[in-house]
Amino acid sequence: MAKELLKGNVAIAEAAVRYGLEAYFGYPITPQTEMLEYLSKRMPELGRVFVQAESELGAVNMVYGAACTGARVMTSSSSPGISLMMEGLSYIAGTELPAVLVDVMRGGPGLGNIAPSQQDYNQITHGGGHGDYYPIVLAPASIQEAIDYIGLAFDLSEKYRSLAVLLIDGSLGQMMEPAELPEMQPVRAAYPHWAARGATGRGRIVHTSIYLNPIEQEKTNFRILSRWREVQANEVRFKEYYLDDAEYAIIAFGTAGRVALSAVRAARAAGIKVGLLRPITLAPFPGNAVRELAKRVQSLLVVEMNNGQMVDDVLANIHDQTPVEFYGRPGGNVPLADEILAEIERIVKGKLTLNGHPRDRWLDRMLTKS
Amino acid sequence: MQVDIIIAGFGGQGVLFAGQLLAYAAMDNGYHVTWYPSYGPEMRGGTANCTVIIADEEIGAPVVGSPQVLLAMNRPSLDKYESSVKPDGFLIINSSIIDRPVVRKDVHVINVPANEIAEKIGDKRMTNMVMLGALLANLPLLSIETIVSELRAHLPERHQKLIPANIRALTEGARFQLEPV
Repeated sequence: MAKELLKGNVAIAEAAVRYGLEAYFGYPITPQTEMLEYLSKRMPELGRVFVQAESELGAVNMVYGAACTGARVMTSSSSPGISLMMEGLSYIAGTELPAVLVDVMRGGPGLGNIAPSQQDYNQITHGGGHGDYYPIVLAPASIQEAIDYIGLAFDLSEKYRSLAVLLIDGSLGQMMEPAELPEMQPVRAAYPHWAARGATGRGRIVHTSIYLNPIEQEKTNFRILSRWREVQANEVRFKEYYLDDAEYAIIAFGTAGRVALSAVRAARAAGIKVGLLRPITLAPFPGNAVRELAKRVQSLLVVEMNNGQMVDDVLANIHDQTPVEFYGRPGGNVPLADEILAEIERIVKGKLTLNGHPRDRWLDRMLTKS
Repeated sequence: MQVDIIIAGFGGQGVLFAGQLLAYAAMDNGYHVTWYPSYGPEMRGGTANCTVIIADEEIGAPVVGSPQVLLAMNRPSLDKYESSVKPDGFLIINSSIIDRPVVRKDVHVINVPANEIAEKIGDKRMTNMVMLGALLANLPLLSIETIVSELRAHLPERHQKLIPANIRALTEGARFQLEPV
């Protein structure tokens, strides 16, 4: 198919439709609303299910119910709305159902603002809802990747009976880029054996997250974790830029990753051998790739649009071998390439430490600057 | 090659649409392009702006601190962005309603009385096309013909009758070309 100029939110919605989305439940919130608005017209047009629920709580529990039928089901929201959904997401995970969530992150905490941010990294990748569960988290950095990974989210979610989350920031939801949508694929004809779609001629199917017997709950937790180990072994994805001869490396995802790419190019033009590792799966986190990279370079710079969340996953994987520095813009700010370039120039000057936490050093620098 | 353009003005001046036309034209001419709008609450009746980046390789940052080109449709836009334009860059000014001169001496300034020209054409809504014409004439990257074909492709059916006026607006704007240095 030819490339079209597509707005992120609309592209994700249409791509989900073409990948066989059967039911969507949601509630409006900026900067995600175009997704819901688009699907409110598109889904009924195709005879598929669209419900604007009374709230995010309603939406996520409708997703829970629809997921029990084995349907391709999705909801989307933005940070505060995602927080409201957390109880339902934990129930879906505890019931071992596939479902897809899109989080178009905005600035916060609290009501915050509608500007782009990556504040939900910890909430999404490390739980948010209660209990031991492990969503698969994909972080596209362009409209094309958003289109491709919403399809991947459905596939992985169903393959591992797990939640899959497409985690983007407001700028990816709002911007337009040329991208290619997939061909329209038919809605699935056959449903998995566990799908509850009418009881004629079969025994009962029970979908629940209630295991009053703790031993049964423990077995369920082991099953969920075993599946997660398979995900970790098979589904890690990341993209590398200019890393072959790199002496320094940036680790950044999503929009922070593409801004970092601009900074890397500017630094390369100035003769600095710096590269970029951009995690695509935030969960499973590309820990091995980070560990191997840390062995090869003199230092690492982690860039995020938050107070430093992924940086802890980086540190957990490299065991104090290599100095790590952090640069972040929280609260709904997109860093400029020049800001990251200045950080690259700073780490190239050396005198870095393995002591203390990079977040503390960053905050001190930021407070001195302002 | 990468060109960063900020188009800024009042909501309703066609700022976002002018940027989209550029983006469509860039895409159809084989360039990489991003179009990133302001989407804050200030859009309702307030200021609007968009950043268009056109490049011949994968585009990194979709936001820029210092654009090569600023298309300022109103005074607040000039006040906000004048200092950020790259030295040797282009400042295209809607001189009909911007009531102060540009302070910067290291940029190319193109004053376009876009409101008057649009009104002479008979439709005030053409202001953005006059400004876009001036941009295209000074940034030899995309032709006016390309923009016209994008208008044909993307203007809603009910506005297709306005295409001749749009062409006049683009052409009038394109007369404001700087002499080559």
